[in-house]
Amino acid sequence: MIRVILPHHLRTLAQVHGEVELEVEGPVTQRSVLDALESRYPMLRGTIRDQVTLQRRPFLRFFACEEDLTHEPPDAPLPDAVRSGAEPLIILGAIAGG
Amino acid sequence: MSKVRVLAGTRKGAFILESDGKREKWDVSGPHFAGWEMYHLKGSPADPNRIYASQTSGWFGQMIQRSDDGGKTWHQPGTPPGEPPAPGPPKAASNKFVYDASAETGKPLTTHQWYDGTQHPWEFKRVWHLEPSLTDPDTVYAGVEDAALFRSTDGGQNWQEFAGLRGHGTGPKWQPGAGGMCLHTIILDPSNPNRIFIAISAAGAFRTDDGGKTWRPINKGLYSQYIPDPRAEIGHCVHHVAMNPSRPNVLFMQKHWDVMRSNDAGDNWQEISGDLPTDFGFVIDVHAHEPETIYVVPIKSDSEHFVPDGKLRVFRSRTGGNEWEALTKGLPQSNCYVNVLRDAMAVDSLDKCGVYFGTSGGQVYASADAGDSWAPIVRDLPAVLSVEVQTLA
Repeated sequence: MIRVILPHHLRTLAQVHGEVELEVEGPVTQRSVLDALESRYPMLRGTIRDQVTLQRRPFLRFFACEEDLTHEPPDAPLPDAVRSGAEPLIILGAIAGG
Repeated sequence: MSKVRVLAGTRKGAFILESDGKREKWDVSGPHFAGWEMYHLKGSPADPNRIYASQTSGWFGQMIQRSDDGGKTWHQPGTPPGEPPAPGPPKAASNKFVYDASAETGKPLTTHQWYDGTQHPWEFKRVWHLEPSLTDPDTVYAGVEDAALFRSTDGGQNWQEFAGLRGHGTGPKWQPGAGGMCLHTIILDPSNPNRIFIAISAAGAFRTDDGGKTWRPINKGLYSQYIPDPRAEIGHCVHHVAMNPSRPNVLFMQKHWDVMRSNDAGDNWQEISGDLPTDFGFVIDVHAHEPETIYVVPIKSDSEHFVPDGKLRVFRSRTGGNEWEALTKGLPQSNCYVNVLRDAMAVDSLDKCGVYFGTSGGQVYASADAGDSWAPIVRDLPAVLSVEVQTLA
């Protein structure tokens, strides 16, 4: 089970509280986790990555295990602790005022 | 007994205000979508319980929200309220605004002019304005940044671009205004379903007479000193256009500078700024029952976006322009430095006509007597981006 922590506004959109737990088949990567997330919560499609290009939206970042994974390739394996469910993948809005 | 519902979009959420026909006491609900920029909300003329809303964020992109019960509950079209998320392919496309570059119906994705005159790729950013069909609650138009016009015919679940506008051929000359290169005004002609007027900052006004397939600029008579050829066909920073539905060929425009009027559906424009203290501004609207009575809120200048002299004044012309009177009763007349943005004025259709506007200071002011007197119907909201009104039976 993969654990994901969403920013406040996306939890509201997805109508969830706290962490999200996802089943991910195959390699656990940013792409496969986001695919699973958007599949289970279709209202999040387009909010984390572009609808067409699937590029990460510029003001969002990905952290896990106290590491910044934002600029890791989308198909790179996520850390073992994320794959095992010991640690969550954190999706975070950049601090940008407002 | 008639009712009035005011839909206010703000920088940090949406608010809905309701009153009876006297328009004295108001119930306020909100914030809906707290923390999000609510660029625009508008109700369907064909079904007043159907309201569309543009919810947007620099972080998370664009959402479309819909209410089918007059704003009590909301959902993203395609994701019905209360329906548990189900596994499977994503089914929500209500926030999918993709320019149509297909060979069959689209136009190539070109570039437009950037602030420094260089060319810049067309990129979708947000929906500025939603215009529901006059006759079908499931049909709604969206004006977006970077400028293009989209339509949904399934209640906002899916959107298709009218690529003939973006692909008109003048796109490389379009440029963003300070707020971005937005299509902010959509006016549907009640007498001709094939005719639509739109306006873009900063390209100008356009009209289609074939239901959106082809478009032509309607900017003859506009004069803008901030472009190399002040009388060019393209490049004018039109801030808003308004029409009284009883006279669809008569249009009123608040341009970056200049208040303008057309008597021939935009083919030609004449300046009607007359004795206004300044003719810079954003909003313009027309009295619901007196098509020669129009309203503007002059703003000091393009570099000082607040009302002049610290006085919040609506100016009304009862002569279709040129002669204007300041409406001040109930409005602050000292130390006031708010702005009123382009979509933040609306009129109801009661008798007497109600006029409403929202400010960057978070007040929504209303007049139940066509502008003679005003009162804030809510204060201290986040900065108001848009105001629309529904007159309910």
